[in-house]
Amino acid sequence: MNVAKVLDAKGLACPMPVVRAKKAMDELESGQVLEVHTTDKGAKNDLPAWAKTSGHTVIDMKEENGVLTFWIQKG
Amino acid sequence: MTKTISVKEIANKIIRGEELFIVDARNPEDFADWRIEGKGVEVVNIPYFDVLDGIEPYLDRLPKDKSKTIYAVCAKGGSSEFVAEQLEAAGYMDVYSIEGGMKAWSEHLEPVKIGELKNGGTIYQFIRLGKGCLSYLVESNGEGALIDTNRMTDVYVRFAKDHGIAIKHVFDTHLHADHISGGRKLAEELGAVYYLPPKDAEEVTFSYTPIQDGDRIRVGHVVIEALYSPGHTIGSTSFIVDDQYLLTGDILFIDSIGRPDLAGKAQDWVGDLRETLYQRYKQLADDLIVLPAHYMGPNEMNEDGSVAERLGVLYEKNHGLNISSDEEFRRTVTENLPPQPNAYKEIRQTNMGKLHPTEDEQREMEIGPNRCAVR
Repeated sequence: MNVAKVLDAKGLACPMPVVRAKKAMDELESGQVLEVHTTDKGAKNDLPAWAKTSGHTVIDMKEENGVLTFWIQKG
Repeated sequence: MTKTISVKEIANKIIRGEELFIVDARNPEDFADWRIEGKGVEVVNIPYFDVLDGIEPYLDRLPKDKSKTIYAVCAKGGSSEFVAEQLEAAGYMDVYSIEGGMKAWSEHLEPVKIGELKNGGTIYQFIRLGKGCLSYLVESNGEGALIDTNRMTDVYVRFAKDHGIAIKHVFDTHLHADHISGGRKLAEELGAVYYLPPKDAEEVTFSYTPIQDGDRIRVGHVVIEALYSPGHTIGSTSFIVDDQYLLTGDILFIDSIGRPDLAGKAQDWVGDLRETLYQRYKQLADDLIVLPAHYMGPNEMNEDGSVAERLGVLYEKNHGLNISSDEEFRRTVTENLPPQPNAYKEIRQTNMGKLHPTEDEQREMEIGPNRCAVR
């Protein structure tokens, strides 16, 4: 996977992971992929929900040692 | 800086029947599952991640009057501050963020005095508005008993201390499947006796005192009498307090009746439930005040915030007490049941002492609405 940008949002509480993800996404071009790392459990549902309403696509996600990683493609 | 408000203040407003306009900033899935409810509560779902650039797309769902008070809530209290700021940016002048969010809301207990006992004493109802759980404290001559407590044990401990009450007895009407009981912990902490109906306690891993039909426990000047009343579970036991109050556990609610299926025994227990509701309770005095372990909606709450009604009134008005055919009753309580409470199997195992979840895990297990009743 070609990741255009990595966002480290670990340790940040809701709403910051999504706020940062949006800012990072604003700087990308359509089709590019943002990788987001977060430790906020709320982000598990909220990041995909945000991506959906913003027209982005969650390509993949994993959960490892309490860190959630999302790969989101800009719509 | 956004203004904040505590869940206690919100609880008091709801109990007083005040009108509240709430913006719930969680994702639509969580909002659909459960939310703040109350007689005067109007709540709209505006996910925080939909308003990162401003609240404008949602203006048509908000009050036209910008001076109207708006309370924002989210899962834990972070995103609601963000949404509150967005509301202020859009010109709303009186916006509060609810501290601790739905997490705090789900754990808040609000005590309401139900009444005096004729032999001297008081009975209090602790209302868990976020989950619809009701627990009780009976006090007489400085002694106290707790019934169907929640896991937030500090609330009962503090209340008893503030009122100079020595808790001697802790009861559970049955092995709960919707919330984690605070009973065992409270009994240990306060040096009280912990009673459970033995038929519900066959698999528990700790020692307890069995409560049997007809047992009479003295608390100060009053007596709590046990009445075996199976149906929600095989052990379900009701308590008659001072010949005035009937604590029904999850057998009989104000506007609904218990469901027999949470231990996977719907067909086996439906006959017990029928007999309890249509024979055992029927023989009791009509003027007993029914105090259930749950309520489902704001319509079951009285003007003073209490959830209580005369048994005679329930025999007139509660649909579940007015089903004449056995077959129809069986169908009502075994078919088309609402979804089972979240994590009810794990909650039962925790209450048996078989699982030992952390506090975070316990909170997670209990999150969501109450689903112990059938209408």
